[in-house]
Amino acid sequence: MAPHDLRRPFKRPAISDQQRRRELSLQRQAQNRLDAQHHARRLASTLLFLQPPQSDPEADPEPDPEIAPEAEPEQVTSPSELDVREASKLKGAQARKWFARQLMLPEWMIDVPDQLAQDWYVFARPSGKRCFVVSTNGTTVSRLRNGSMLHRFPSALPNGARTRDASGSAQSYTILDCIFHEADQTYYVIDMVCWRGYSLHDCAAEFRFFWLNSKLVETGAFDPPSQYHRYRFSLVPVYNCDQSGLSAAYTEPVPYVKDGLLFYNKHAHYQTGNTPLALVWKDENCSQYVIDTDSKGQVPSQQQVVLELQDNGNLTTSDEPHVVFGCLDGDFMQKSGLCCGNLLRFAISNGGLSFLDGKLEKADLHYLGKSNRARAFADSYSKVMFQYMARHSPLKVDDLLASINSSIEQENKPSDDQEMVG
Amino acid sequence: MAMEVTQILLNAQSIDGTVRKHAEDSLKQFQEQNLPSFFLSLSGELANDDKPVESRKLAGLILKNALDAKEQARKYELVQRWVSLDAAVKAQIKTCLLQTLSAPAPDARSTASQVIAKVAGIELPQKQWPELIGSLLSNIHQVPANVKQATLETLGYLCEEVSPNCVDQDHVNKILTAVVQGMNASEGNSDVRLAATRALYNALGFAQANFSNDMERDYIMRVVCEATLSTELKIRQAAFECLVSISSTYYEKLAPYIQDIFNITAKAVKEDEEPVALQAIEFWSSICDEEIDILEDYGDDFTGDSGIPCFYFIKQALPALVPLLLETLLKQEEDQDQDEGAWNIAMAGGTCLGLVARTVGDDIVPLVMPFIEENITKPDWRHREAATYAFGSILEGPSPDKLTPIVNVALTFMLSALTRDPNTHVKDTTAWTLGRIFEFLHGSTTDAPIITQANCQQIITVLLQSMKDVPNVAEKACGALYFLAQGYEEGAPSSPLTPFFQEIVQALLTATHREDAGESRLRTAAYETLNEVVRCSTDETAPMVLQLVPVIMMELHQTLEGQKLSSDEREKQSEVQGLLCGCLQVIIQKLGSSEPTKYVFMQYADQVMGLFLRVFACRSATVHEEAMLAIGALAYAAGPDFAKYMPEFYKYLEMGLQNFEEYQVCAVTVGVVGDICRALEDKILPYCDGIMTQLLKNLSSNQLHRSVKPPIFSCFGDIALAIGENFEKYLMYAMPMLQSAAELSAHTSGADDDMMEYTNSLRNGILEAYSGIFQGFKNSTKTQLLIPYAPHILQFLDSIYMEKDMDDLVMKTAVGVLGDLADTLGSNAGSLIQQSLSSKEFLNECLSSDDHLIKESAEWAKLAISRAISV
Repeated sequence: MAPHDLRRPFKRPAISDQQRRRELSLQRQAQNRLDAQHHARRLASTLLFLQPPQSDPEADPEPDPEIAPEAEPEQVTSPSELDVREASKLKGAQARKWFARQLMLPEWMIDVPDQLAQDWYVFARPSGKRCFVVSTNGTTVSRLRNGSMLHRFPSALPNGARTRDASGSAQSYTILDCIFHEADQTYYVIDMVCWRGYSLHDCAAEFRFFWLNSKLVETGAFDPPSQYHRYRFSLVPVYNCDQSGLSAAYTEPVPYVKDGLLFYNKHAHYQTGNTPLALVWKDENCSQYVIDTDSKGQVPSQQQVVLELQDNGNLTTSDEPHVVFGCLDGDFMQKSGLCCGNLLRFAISNGGLSFLDGKLEKADLHYLGKSNRARAFADSYSKVMFQYMARHSPLKVDDLLASINSSIEQENKPSDDQEMVG
Repeated sequence: MAMEVTQILLNAQSIDGTVRKHAEDSLKQFQEQNLPSFFLSLSGELANDDKPVESRKLAGLILKNALDAKEQARKYELVQRWVSLDAAVKAQIKTCLLQTLSAPAPDARSTASQVIAKVAGIELPQKQWPELIGSLLSNIHQVPANVKQATLETLGYLCEEVSPNCVDQDHVNKILTAVVQGMNASEGNSDVRLAATRALYNALGFAQANFSNDMERDYIMRVVCEATLSTELKIRQAAFECLVSISSTYYEKLAPYIQDIFNITAKAVKEDEEPVALQAIEFWSSICDEEIDILEDYGDDFTGDSGIPCFYFIKQALPALVPLLLETLLKQEEDQDQDEGAWNIAMAGGTCLGLVARTVGDDIVPLVMPFIEENITKPDWRHREAATYAFGSILEGPSPDKLTPIVNVALTFMLSALTRDPNTHVKDTTAWTLGRIFEFLHGSTTDAPIITQANCQQIITVLLQSMKDVPNVAEKACGALYFLAQGYEEGAPSSPLTPFFQEIVQALLTATHREDAGESRLRTAAYETLNEVVRCSTDETAPMVLQLVPVIMMELHQTLEGQKLSSDEREKQSEVQGLLCGCLQVIIQKLGSSEPTKYVFMQYADQVMGLFLRVFACRSATVHEEAMLAIGALAYAAGPDFAKYMPEFYKYLEMGLQNFEEYQVCAVTVGVVGDICRALEDKILPYCDGIMTQLLKNLSSNQLHRSVKPPIFSCFGDIALAIGENFEKYLMYAMPMLQSAAELSAHTSGADDDMMEYTNSLRNGILEAYSGIFQGFKNSTKTQLLIPYAPHILQFLDSIYMEKDMDDLVMKTAVGVLGDLADTLGSNAGSLIQQSLSSKEFLNECLSSDDHLIKESAEWAKLAISRAISV
């Protein structure tokens, strides 16, 4: 047994450069693999799949200020297959077109859904401009539902400002569904579409609201404005739509001006365009804009609707499938030079709307003229109906409360079935 | 059954090559034809006192080599071969071996000792040969000293071969008793005492229980300490070796003895012969190692009750220990800097002083400064060198606050010594000390920079000047420049080195061209420094880095022009090519990391690739590792354009994957496959059959170094991600391999730290493979092909979660796989996922992790799962 060698390294750095080259290569490879993985995970999950156009931008309860957006040029390529990162590179009209189709638009509540208390959330909608807020690559952009840009600003949202933010790739983006409330210059976040590059489209509202509540607070987005955070973000109080929740949403004071109530089905995914799984309802107590106004801000004496002219002369709503409100004869079309696809404005005359078995049978329409160029879509059926009801027999808050009560009673009612014991 | 082999064994040692060759062939043939008879013949030869000692020794040596091998697979084979021998044959061989321990010839005894230990190494873990230890111990009481000596030696070898848990405590006690008695001063025969002392060195690992018993420990320590005072140098040396071993194995038991040990070691350092003095210094170095480890653990997480407490032996010994070590520094040998293998008391003492500084920090500074001040200007070079070395040694450990004022004063002196000192040895140490200053006290993190605009120019001028000095000094100057460059953080917009960049690069290239650049690894140091200068360069100097590309390419081209090289020249050519490819790799990686420079670099890509291919062609059977690494960097920079090189490059890629022997080459090539996958994406498809076949072959081979397996699994993931659903045809081969590896790596009970680390890297590779495969199939029509594998994968995640021994990386990858599985399989796996533990507890644990990468992956998984189960 020979003595053991006890030499130690002398005047030498412990690591050879060759070893370092190997290690740096491995590090680079590991980083590249991570990037590839991230890329795959995001690309795979964040394509915002677009349904064929079915949304109704007029569904927004706010009176449409007849802002004339720039004329849209001929569509060059269909932007519908882009993800938001690619879409954010779109310019002008292309960008507007794309973003206009990304919002989930509530239908108007024309009857009360079953299971309101079990399956639905309710919250008071802030009055203001509905918009998408996208933060990525060190900047934040808000876009109105017609696609035009509202603000470009630094924010505390993930990658929303050019600050040293160690968490995650600068490429990843976050998309919030917000309402910008002018009076306090605050973005009220009503939904979350994408968080740090991960799409929440396919998640239930229940999960999205949970995520919204737990994640946003970590970012500092609720902090008061500062150099790297120009606008404050805020959440709206969301309630389970039971009796107390509904009363709270309806009567509790909030820091913003209310514009109706929004109802979200807990199990519904974030679906772009019109959906019956999100509903808007309003009355004079919770909104200044129950009945539509015209371009001068006046409530017209007769309800006005915008319908789309089909090639067979039918006048239809924007819904898929269309609901037919009436028909123009060919003669009139020729004389007035109207053609298929035109959006036409009508007044509902004294004959009103007639129904048979709950379906629209006849509408007494009076032609007013072509609609404003800014309009992209006809009115939806639910909007026409809500407006009609608002003028004749509105759905009252008591009806909603009664519906909740009756469903509770039904649950509490002892079962009629009696098991036979002989 | 045994045959007469004496003559063949003697012939096998003949000086006549033909005779020797013939004998070796006969032995080989004999072994192949009849192994039992071969073994019996050899053991019979070894045991026979009438035979010549040369043939006996060789017989034993052949036996020993037939029982063990360094290489794991071969070792396993040999063990199996022995185990399957007929029991009667084995018994006869063992009898011969034990009998040889009483032989009068010392060489025969010693050889037999080693063979016995090898057999024991195989049999004791299998609970065979139970009578061995008993019969050895009975030998101890035999009168002839040679038997006693041989038996103690056998016990020593046995303890080296066998793991402590294969020997029961009763036997351990008896072995230790016999060994320690043999070491005792009362043992008159010094051969016996030496054998016993050396045996104890190996037996210390068995003595856990005995070291916990105060009486027994006191006794062992007393005997060891007494042995350090023996009149025999070899016994003193062996006894100090025991102390060194005790210092690390039983650190926490040393307190009662440390004062005595200090006295003994101090005396040895001052007065004893060098081999003994070196061991005595090593004792303190080893204590430093222990305390540095303990204090590092304290720094991480001082819970007060975990692990071994620090006894601060070094802090207590400091006032006496430091002067002792400083004194050794004056005992330098002439020319020790030119001798690669040199190790003497001055080197050991200086190294120990450096460790002491790391252990105690600031406290060492006032104890060393007077020595430096007193000696640094003395006329005798030994004093100046020792003072400089002492200064260099204490630069790591003490706080920058403590050192910076001293360094600011010393820097000017050092720079002037490096230029003007007449002694090479002093200049060598001075340049090394400057390197240490830059390594530990210069960088963006320090508050008061020691390098300023005022002295930067002078420092660089002096270092570049020294690169023209003798090779060992020039090499140290390169090293200093390496750390100087490293201190200027990468990524900063501008660097103080920018004005000197051209000059530095020129000086380094000139150094590589020196006639004597092969000495003192100067050429290597110069290229490595060039690499670091490139790595730390900024945008300002990017054009100059670009200019370096054709220069290095030209150099590489020149190495390819040589005709008919001798084997020495060939070796040098290969080394220089390695350095140049390494340099190109660093340059490519640097330029490839930003778009504008990458774009300009790509104009050279064809030429660079052409050169790499020619470097490969220089060799017949192996590929050049450095060229392979450089190609990985090139693939990353080139992206999809790399496809045009594939037809020519592919054969070398395959060659690299086949290179089991040089496993580093194999591992590097596997990494390059990953680079190419990411660069080419689905354009790699035509090459995948070949690559996958080779990778699968590698995994099934027991010759493959285990460290290559994890990267191969990760590489499956890279390939799957690149080619998507085309991975389908490999599923039936890859999945079972992953599955069985997963089962093996799921449980780690009783594994040591090394094994734990390996297991985690294996898990990470397996999980990366799963991630890549799932993501590759995402949005394909064939996702249902993966459904059958989901239960097992979820089970694997659950079981590694249950083990609670994942490292952070595995945790991140594992939770990512959970997300990928949910993402790709969607509602198909919804209920499976909901049943798994991973989707609840594990996921929640990851969601609340402090590590943001884990958290990010967990958030992804949570989203993917919520989508999968809500659809």
